[in-house]
This record gives sequence, structure tokens and C-alpha cells, in this order.
Amino acid sequence: MKYAIQINASPNSTNSGYCAYQFIKAALKMNHQVLRVFFYQEGIYHALKYSILPDDELQMTKKWSKLAKEQQIDLVVCISAAQRRGLLFDDEAKRQGKLDQDLAEGFRISGLGQLLEATLLADRFIEFG
Amino acid sequence: MIMKKFLFIMDKPPHKGIELQEKLDVILTAAAFDQKVALLFLDDGVFQLKKGQQPEKQGLKETASIFNALNIYDVNDLYIEVDSLQERGLRPGDLSLPVKEFYRKDVNVLMAGYDIII
Repeated sequence: MKYAIQINASPNSTNSGYCAYQFIKAALKMNHQVLRVFFYQEGIYHALKYSILPDDELQMTKKWSKLAKEQQIDLVVCISAAQRRGLLFDDEAKRQGKLDQDLAEGFRISGLGQLLEATLLADRFIEFG
Repeated sequence: MIMKKFLFIMDKPPHKGIELQEKLDVILTAAAFDQKVALLFLDDGVFQLKKGQQPEKQGLKETASIFNALNIYDVNDLYIEVDSLQERGLRPGDLSLPVKEFYRKDVNVLMAGYDIII
């Protein structure tokens, strides 16, 4: 089965991002396909490269980057949600004269059209609130 | 283009940060993709349509103009859970748009008619 996933919560506000992560790992293990993970609303905080946490905290950003690398999962961060929260992606960081962008490895920035496309192509769409 | 039927569940109060604005963005995107879009207002989401709100005074953007523009995007199916409305002391006349009334016991039947429930 083909799944599309949306994540709306930041790593610390609820554990729904981690639930999504576990769901995706389980789905892949059962040979299902995950077409796209779309990070929306507070979910964009999963993608911050420079949020360096204490070692004993849950390292969601690193987990996603690793998952993207190992399983070629498409991790998309919503551009409008990101801009509203000050996350700088490549073009915007340059435009603002910053030394680097905020997006962690394995994530890419794009628009709501990518969410819609994923919901249309998937057999199941699941939102983790 | 694939066509699916989307039912958006509007269950959050209107001025909880920018959550509603971002939900409306998804709704408009789905409509712009020529999908069949309907909205179901329930729980505190029924306040989203209450007339005469002034969120600007609290530093929040108003959403009434987006709701009013939905028909331009061919989003005309606005459902409301009557029980939620009554529990909050509201009547359909207090709302800024005409809505179709649904009782809580029938909401599952409504949902069954949609492909994607967000």
C-alpha cells in the first residue's frame, strides 16, 4: 500500500512526530511504500539543522535525516509554514545575507501542492496532529 | 488529474495562533487542484464562523474574508454539527455563512462519503 504522511506537531509539543516515525518504519518493514512525509505547521521544527539537543533527548531531526538517507524517503517541509516560523532555506538564507540555511540533511523545501499531490497518489493519507 | 473527495474537520477554536489560517491554506490548495472539498464544523470549530469577530485587536489575522471567498473556489459544502452549536449557545443565525446542519449521530454517515478526512 502507498502512504502519504503529514506531521503538524513539533518534536516537543506532542510525541505525534515520533509516532509517525515509528509508523513509517513499521510500514516500510512490511514492504509498504511511503510516498512522502509532509511537515506542516509546527511540524517544520523537525527539520532544523542547528537545533542541537542534549545527548539524552530524542534526536528527531537526526532520525529523519538517517531515515531519508537509508530508505530514500521524500521529506518535504512546507515553504509557507517554514517562512512563517523563520526557518531559512537555501535561497532565502542567501537573500538575507546569512552564512547558512536551517534545513537539515534529507529534507527539502516545497509548497502545499506537494502535499496535495501526495494525497492524490497515495492509497492512504494519515495526518499526525 | 485524479479526483478525490476531501472533508476538512474544523474542530479547533478560530484564534488559536495561526492554526486556522494554515488549515485554510490547505483547503484553498485542495480547491485549486480541482478536488471536491467540503468542511465540517464541530466542537469549538463552530466558533470559526461566528459573526462579528475582531481578531486584529489581539494581533491575529482575520479569517472571515477567506471563509467568505470559499464559494469563489467552488467550496460550497459547509456542514455543521448542530449539537456542537447548541452546546455553545449558538444558532445558525449567529454564523456568517449558510451551513447545512448535521446531527452528531449522523456525522459518521457524512464522513463515509469522503476519500480523505483531514
